[in-house]
Amino acid sequence: MTAALAAPSPVGGAKTRINDFSIQVATVNGSGSQTANTVLLRAIFQMGVFVSGKNLFPSNIAGLPTWFTIRASAQGYVARKASNEMLILMNPETAKEDIAKADPGALVIYDEPLQLDKLRSDLAYTPVPFQKLVTASCPEPKLHKLVKNMIYVGVAARLLGIDMEEVKKAIAKQLKGKTKAIELNQTACMAGYDWAMENLEDQDHIKVVRDDKTQGLIIIDGNEACALGALFAGVTVVGWYPITPASSLVETFIEYAEEYRKDPKTGKSTVAIVQMEDELASAGVVLSAGWAGARSMTSTAGPGISLMSEFIGLGYYVEAPGVFFNVARTGPSTGLPTRTQQSDVELCAKCSHGDTLHVNLYPGNMEECFQFAYDAFDLAERFQTPIFVVTDLDLGMQNWASKPFAYPAKPYDRGKVLNQQQLADMKDWGRYKDVDGDGICYRSLPGTPGGKGSYFTRGSGHNAYAQYSEKPEDYLEVMNRLRKKYETAKAHVPGPVFRNLGSDKGVLAFGSSDPAVVEAQDLLAAQGLKTDYLRLRALPFTAEVDAYVKEKQVVYVVEQNRDGQMANLFRETYPEHATKFKSVLHFDGYAIDAKSIVDQITAFEQK
Amino acid sequence: MTTTTSATPAPAAPTNKLGFTKQDYVGSKSTLCAGCGHDAITAQLINAAFESNLEGHRVTKYSGIGCSSKTPAYFINQGWGFNSVHGRMPSIATGASLANRTLINIGVSGDGDSMSIGMGQFVHAVRRNVPMIYIIEDNGVYGLTKGQFSATADKGSHLKSGAVNDFPPIDPCTLAIELGCGFVARSFSGNPKQLNAILKAAFAYQGTVVIDVISPCVTFNNHDASTRSYKHVKDHDFPLHDLGFIQYSEVEQVDIPAGETEVVTFPDGSKVAIKAIHEGYEPTDRFGAMKAIHESMAKGEFLTGLLYINPTQPPLPEVLNLVDEPLTTLGEDLLKPSPAELDKIMQALM
Ligand SMILES: Cc1ncc(C[n+]2csc(CCOP(=O)(O)OP(=O)(O)O)c2C)c(N)n1
Ligand code: SF4
Ligand SMILES: [Mg+2]
Repeated sequence: MTAALAAPSPVGGAKTRINDFSIQVATVNGSGSQTANTVLLRAIFQMGVFVSGKNLFPSNIAGLPTWFTIRASAQGYVARKASNEMLILMNPETAKEDIAKADPGALVIYDEPLQLDKLRSDLAYTPVPFQKLVTASCPEPKLHKLVKNMIYVGVAARLLGIDMEEVKKAIAKQLKGKTKAIELNQTACMAGYDWAMENLEDQDHIKVVRDDKTQGLIIIDGNEACALGALFAGVTVVGWYPITPASSLVETFIEYAEEYRKDPKTGKSTVAIVQMEDELASAGVVLSAGWAGARSMTSTAGPGISLMSEFIGLGYYVEAPGVFFNVARTGPSTGLPTRTQQSDVELCAKCSHGDTLHVNLYPGNMEECFQFAYDAFDLAERFQTPIFVVTDLDLGMQNWASKPFAYPAKPYDRGKVLNQQQLADMKDWGRYKDVDGDGICYRSLPGTPGGKGSYFTRGSGHNAYAQYSEKPEDYLEVMNRLRKKYETAKAHVPGPVFRNLGSDKGVLAFGSSDPAVVEAQDLLAAQGLKTDYLRLRALPFTAEVDAYVKEKQVVYVVEQNRDGQMANLFRETYPEHATKFKSVLHFDGYAIDAKSIVDQITAFEQK
Repeated sequence: MTTTTSATPAPAAPTNKLGFTKQDYVGSKSTLCAGCGHDAITAQLINAAFESNLEGHRVTKYSGIGCSSKTPAYFINQGWGFNSVHGRMPSIATGASLANRTLINIGVSGDGDSMSIGMGQFVHAVRRNVPMIYIIEDNGVYGLTKGQFSATADKGSHLKSGAVNDFPPIDPCTLAIELGCGFVARSFSGNPKQLNAILKAAFAYQGTVVIDVISPCVTFNNHDASTRSYKHVKDHDFPLHDLGFIQYSEVEQVDIPAGETEVVTFPDGSKVAIKAIHEGYEPTDRFGAMKAIHESMAKGEFLTGLLYINPTQPPLPEVLNLVDEPLTTLGEDLLKPSPAELDKIMQALM
């Protein structure tokens, strides 16, 4: 033990930030730090404090730098915060750079041999002899690398004032039932804590104080929430192909299906899940299963959607249902596959060649991931078309606190499907006849007995009776009806939600930008700029969106891509208001933060 | 469908066991070139379906894009058809066959559709043993795009324009055997009897059936320098055997002559009687089949007939252990977990 281990006193002596700070942990990918970080996050959560976590991981399996940020917020702000009050530096590769980027006054916990304390004088250093502590607390050398990270959890718990009982509980929760691992990790964690108790004095820079903000909340990621939505929606055919950040959606579904999708009488499976050879084949499975009357889905990211686009046009034109989850990542091409972006907006809005328009759902939080996933299957069957549920890596793979999900009591809407009797009673059925005037036709399912209702589905020109046709009037009839069907969808998709502070200045965003926008709105209001926030939740734009656009003097469209793709859709849909839309953008691969929004809107306002 | 009216009532057409006439198995009028091999295959599909007493409403027909892929519109109008995108017929058949495992699935594709753009899907559908009859109407060219070479064209064969094919062909049959397909056949659109017997056996089979049917394109690949012309194939067609198919319902009544006839029994009890012509060919011997096909190809022959058979492999829905009833008919009561179950899931996430 060295003399350097005095109490870290925050430089600058600002007042204590209680339940309001960010911690960034720098580790090496594959070192087991994910467990340690989740434990730290959970422990704070169990202290009743609102937290969110963001894992900034590299696109490899082991050995590259990873950062995990944990934000605690008494006000409930859960967006990424660009500044951090505590750094835990475990990665020799990045430590110097991490120090260089640190915010003045930050507490820095680091692995003693890294000797970082001479690099800057405006930080408060806590070197920790991790190796010594690991050797002393863990008898098995093989496991040293894995439990080393647990030691910083103990040290941080001590410095932050987190109850060790909560940390132990979090470990037990995280390692569900693995008795030996739980014991090992708890011991390592205690070793860190005990060492810190003995060697470190209190700091008054940042603190966790027990609160009651998280009572009854769950922690979940968006992929799991979507998987649960699909489970409750009764999906019966899944065709998929692995891709980050979408894989865990189906993988989690598979785990739930093991338990909830076995016929209790026979033990046989009530869902077919096939890992296909690529995304083209996945799309084929989804659309044909939907065509045959199953509830079908796939989960993919931008590259997969690109491959599927020919099929999606087919689905649109022949009117086959299917649910396509796009957990978006940073493009173009392979881009930054483990980073987030909202850059598939236009791709999904109009996926495929020719004139195509798709219903898109944009969940903005965990409850909506669950609910919209559930609703997507109803919409697919009601509208007999591919439905996109567009999330992103930030929603899909990060941990979010959420209210438990409400039971989706609404019965399934299986849409306009004719059974044997209805087909027999029908005088002049045509697969593509618009009987109800809403653009949605009646379909029959293969295998329906009785000799009525068979038809030929084709991606080439067809008339109302599904017969091959190249006649201009037949083509126009179908295409105009499809447009009408899209209009009909306006009354069925989730409308926007508002957070109005009373202003003719609008802020418009969707999906994972929501928490940053809410925070930005408050920051702007504190500066004297009130805004009315519309969070878009679906395409096509509904009547409330029309009214909002008309009424606002300016609309700041916040989105996480370079080209302002959503703003483009707005300009195109509302050409007479085109000049109102101003793009507020964030697209470096990290989740959007409030400050970026505030800065850009402030700059626009000063023009 | 158009029917011609005649003055004198026609004699009642014969019906099959389900009471259907052959007319009940026809489709819309073909729009292919007169004499196209594909139409002859369609005709045998109609005959075989009629003779096999297929329930038309259970039939589904899938295809990609090409002249061949248009043909599902020309047979079994009682069934549902899905003409999809180029090379992707197998995934269409996969999804629907999982959604409803009681369907009888017929996929029609071309040599371009399956051996070029759709090779990936062909390979994986076979590997998964998707329950379907996969017919490749093989003319060695891209008919619909006006006669470019396909990947089954023989090396050195000529286009009408004079262009020569520089690349070796891909053989769908040896490929299918290699991939573990349990029913692999080759036939010729000009040999209706053999094709009929193969199709009837195929209807009784449970997993993926691959049938490569040499089907001359009279417009772009029927000239003298083509190895896929009617004349050339007729001269080089070596049928392996006389094939007899006996549906399970008829097994009792039919005497299968002993001797050279080999009998393969399907899980449903149907039997295929194989009377060898080609000496020593053993259609249940996978490696022997491969060898014989390769040897005949080296000689420039088309070995036709049931090349390989192994009726014991479980089809995809069985591999996935799916419930017996169609997934499409499962109700909300079975599919949607209860409020208590949601509660349990939520508790675990707290
Ligand atoms: C994605 C795509 N690329 C190209 C085409 C053009 N195309 C249509 S049919 C065809 C070839 C069909 O050849 P084959 O499968 O052998 O059918 P055939 O007409 O010979 O029966 C091609 C290249 C297409 N429809 N789609
Ligand atoms: S072009 Fe060839 S393959 Fe196409 S219909 Fe005519 S003969 Fe048949
Ligand atoms: Mg061809």
